[in-house]
Amino acid sequence: MPNDHRHDQDHTDPPPDIELRVKSLESLLVEKGLVDPEALDALIDLYQDKIGPANGKHVVARAWTDEAFKRWLLDDPNAAIASMGYVGAQGEQIRVVENTDDVHNLVVCTLCSCYPWPLLGLPPVWYKSAPYRAQAVVDPRGVMAQFGMEVAERKEVRVWDSTSEMRYLVLPQRPEGSEGWSEEELMELVTRNAMIGVEEARRPESEVLKA
Amino acid sequence: MSGVHDMGGMRGFGPVRPEPESEEPVFHEEWEGRVYGIVRLMGLLGLWNIDMSRHNREQLPPADYLANSYYENWFAGIRQQLVRSGLVSKEELRTGRASTPVPEHIMEKVAHAEQVRTAPYMTTSYARPASSSPRFSTGDRVRAINRYPSGHTRIPGYVRGHTGIVREHYGSQVYPDLSAQGVEEGRHLYNVRFEGRDLWGESANVNSAVYVDLWETYLEPAP
Repeated sequence: MPNDHRHDQDHTDPPPDIELRVKSLESLLVEKGLVDPEALDALIDLYQDKIGPANGKHVVARAWTDEAFKRWLLDDPNAAIASMGYVGAQGEQIRVVENTDDVHNLVVCTLCSCYPWPLLGLPPVWYKSAPYRAQAVVDPRGVMAQFGMEVAERKEVRVWDSTSEMRYLVLPQRPEGSEGWSEEELMELVTRNAMIGVEEARRPESEVLKA
Repeated sequence: MSGVHDMGGMRGFGPVRPEPESEEPVFHEEWEGRVYGIVRLMGLLGLWNIDMSRHNREQLPPADYLANSYYENWFAGIRQQLVRSGLVSKEELRTGRASTPVPEHIMEKVAHAEQVRTAPYMTTSYARPASSSPRFSTGDRVRAINRYPSGHTRIPGYVRGHTGIVREHYGSQVYPDLSAQGVEEGRHLYNVRFEGRDLWGESANVNSAVYVDLWETYLEPAP
């Protein structure tokens, strides 16, 4: 079978350079009327600028400051998230998993690259890479160590493998020392990586925030 | 199918090597964004579904799948999908020039900028009615069945034959194994917890569990 595909490709290969090949396909699809250039630009802009981790940070910061919202988010995540307007493809069916003193959660897609786009934007390269997809389920503590996080052995590590159209978001623990912070200030403590589960939220004294 | 895309538990890929979060761009090269956009726009035409796209990428030559970057695989996948669906001919792909017209009923579905920019941003519904009531409920012990289908499936290899406990019933949703063949049927979907030590034996991390979403067809009752 693989040889058939290889053969298939030999007959259809446009110029070898990937950039030229993509341009060639794009102009073909535009010429055929299948791609509206303005729609293509709009779609790229949407994911480049508008749909990104700031959405997830906003949701987490609200959950940290509003206990009723947090209950809603955990019990009926889609309704709670939709109330903030963060809807979109790959976010149709969300589950929010909460980190506590006893449990740490980590999200992966071992089969491809499933990820909650409307909350986190498009996934980083490492999330889609073979090393992460392979290792996250068998050695989650080893993966987290590569991000500089050590989870105490008494804490249960739960790995969520996104094998269906359900999408998972980690609700990190609110760091100590952030009491009284506003939603906007708290958003600075939430990282994308913390919402995947490979890191904890930043601590208020973290160097990154001082810089 | 059991292919190289089914990576859970595989060894030898080396460390994760993340880029710092604050420095990583959404797209590393302009063409990656173009590929992403093209794939999304072509998907909106409704000639194939997400499972067909996934299966298409899974069928790339294994050595290519592993050697290609993520968006190179998307590019290879969309080229095949365009030809298989009849939207684009091999000749057109080769020359880069249009030579066959697109049927009117497809042209009517071409997405325009306003549609792309407007909430709910191209959402899809995955819930479908099931023909029977759910076989399992929360707390049930279930075993992931052992099988190696040649077609698309969403049961990862590392759970096959292992026993877990149903955590949540997610309702009835499009069954990917058939959806990849263009047949949309609802099957009950469950979130199942597997203990790390059951999956990985002595290699398991202490105090760890893996939660996997599995359709009813993938499961059987366990004692």
